[in-house]
Amino acid sequence: MVRLFGPLVGLFFAVALLWSFGVGAIQAIREPEPATAVQKFHLAPHEPEPGFSFNGPFGKFDRAQLQRGFQVYKEVCSNCHSLHFVAFRDLAALGYSEAEVKAIAKDWSNKAKVTDPKTGDETQRDNVPADHFPKVYYAGTGNPPDLSLVTKARHEGPEYVYSLLTGYQDQPAELLKEFPDSKTPDGLYYNPYFANLNIAMPAPLADDQVTYGDGTKATKQQMAADVAAFLTWTAEPKMEKRKQTGWAVLGFLLAATVLAYLAKRNIWAKVH
Amino acid sequence: MSFPWAKEYKPSHPLMQWLDEKLPLPRFVYNAVGAGYPVPRNLNYMWNFGILAGVCLMLQIVTGVVLAMHYAANSGVAFDSVEHIMRDVNWGWMLRYAHANGASAFFVVVYIHIFRGFFYSSYKPPREMIWLLGVTIFLLMMATAFMGYVLPWGQMSFWGAKVITGLFSAIPVVGTPLQQWLLGGFAPDNAALNRFFSLHFLLPFVILGVVILHIWALHIPGSSNPTGVEVKSESDTVPFHPYYTAKDGFGLGVFAILYCTMLFFLPNALGHPDNYIQANPLSTPAHIVPEWYFWPFYAILRAFTADFLFIPAKLMGVLAMFSAILVWFFLPWLDTSPVRSGHYRPLFRKFFYLLVIDVLVLGYCGGSPAETKYVLISQIAATYYFLHFLVILPIVASIEKPAPLPFSITQAVLGKDDQTAPAA
Repeated sequence: MVRLFGPLVGLFFAVALLWSFGVGAIQAIREPEPATAVQKFHLAPHEPEPGFSFNGPFGKFDRAQLQRGFQVYKEVCSNCHSLHFVAFRDLAALGYSEAEVKAIAKDWSNKAKVTDPKTGDETQRDNVPADHFPKVYYAGTGNPPDLSLVTKARHEGPEYVYSLLTGYQDQPAELLKEFPDSKTPDGLYYNPYFANLNIAMPAPLADDQVTYGDGTKATKQQMAADVAAFLTWTAEPKMEKRKQTGWAVLGFLLAATVLAYLAKRNIWAKVH
Repeated sequence: MSFPWAKEYKPSHPLMQWLDEKLPLPRFVYNAVGAGYPVPRNLNYMWNFGILAGVCLMLQIVTGVVLAMHYAANSGVAFDSVEHIMRDVNWGWMLRYAHANGASAFFVVVYIHIFRGFFYSSYKPPREMIWLLGVTIFLLMMATAFMGYVLPWGQMSFWGAKVITGLFSAIPVVGTPLQQWLLGGFAPDNAALNRFFSLHFLLPFVILGVVILHIWALHIPGSSNPTGVEVKSESDTVPFHPYYTAKDGFGLGVFAILYCTMLFFLPNALGHPDNYIQANPLSTPAHIVPEWYFWPFYAILRAFTADFLFIPAKLMGVLAMFSAILVWFFLPWLDTSPVRSGHYRPLFRKFFYLLVIDVLVLGYCGGSPAETKYVLISQIAATYYFLHFLVILPIVASIEKPAPLPFSITQAVLGKDDQTAPAA
């Protein structure tokens, strides 16, 4: 039975597939899919010049860079973007003291919202270290995503954030010549690193937009790299511990595997 | 059952003797994975992957049970609770990465185990039942993995669930009501998430049960071996312990090194970035792709682009995708060559390697966006896939002239066997 019906079923699927193939191939030859502006002009993200300190199996965060990146987030990004999964207390990992964390929370301009349980009145209070960053409400065009996980939510996240922030430019003339319908609509901005080339966020960074406390010159590239590093930390705060643990685990496993191999060789020596 | 020369369990300690009388559990273990189980002496490292699959199952159960202590299966908070595990639970990040990469490791190991079975024809008599139970385990694994991927409630979770449950709507007449009944709604939502969590917790224990049957069925004829020649005498075998416990120990070490490298240094390499975006029913991702271990089957699903006779393309795709796995159930009766091992089947071997390449091509196409070129390639690759199992294997079995087999396993290993019958 199996040998009778099996080949019939096999041929049935094969013919159906070849039918689909034929229909699709004829279609592809008759009306080839037109190239799109995205296919030709979208760019893959790239690293900043010296590279990120946290990449690679030994990579570590640069604490000073994370603090600078936090400053960029605070002074620029936090006007529109939330940081839902990060608590003020987490900032201690950037090298801030307990008192500094308290002060950052207290001075944060977006206050914690509370509802009075007796009257139902909505009021505000200063943030405390245990609070998460309060949600940012945004009324303009576009839909600014929460940034806590953004570097894990995009392919090559840190490079993507850096490239996007430094990638604003005028729409290339060749693009308009080749795809006259693809002019960037009003209210959007051309950025070849964005998935569909036109992003609702205006270029957020300009040289010297912030003044770094440590004297680093705040070029656009510098700020973009710093905030990309900061957002890598917000997405993966346990990264350093993960890599550190990984090396200890691999060291142990390597030794154990060598011993296991020697044991195996010893036991099998007699029967080969 | 075992071979007559299998060692008998003889406890020397009075406590163990007492235990053996009341409940012979140590005897059971001794006969299953101890010195009481004689195993062919020529097993190569391809035979490590059964044990490794068992290790992966236990790893998934242990990490999964602990994760379930911290996870909340509610569509309002599921995504947040996963981030809570990643940030606030002690070693939670390690548990979650171990579980997510553990699923991938499980599938890598099981795919190698299955292709080992293809090459050495492990499905042939007297081992058909082991094979049938194995394919059942694989189907259960796919269901479990699919539902597990929905739990973090990210974008790929949601849209993957929508696409896969949408397959049921292709069934004529009852399709749409069936899909709504399975989901508990018109689209994946809290009802679906809750039942997926419940089943994702249950199914691993069902898998464990079938694994026990799989191993039980294995111990009746005993393990196969790379020559495909059955065990003839005691010199063909060695006791499982210490020989294969030692060999499996080394294999386990190598596996653990590779797995931990992924876990600690590339934990998100096999995942999709979109799953770090919370599920949003109003925003469809640009490319909906399942996890890598479903790619070959996803490619087969998408390969049917034109209605065939009176059957809609979507229904053909669904039928073909399920048939692609169900066909494995019939392998023992499709491949009738009396020779098991691919080492002695020159023609079969060529088609086997072609199948390996074919499945890799299907996997590549399944993970790529649904562009014309990938669809066209997967149509050819899927055609070969079905022809291989249903047409080529039966034909090869009847026309092939196999190479001469060794007299026994001992002869294959040592070059001589004292038991060799004198040439008549």
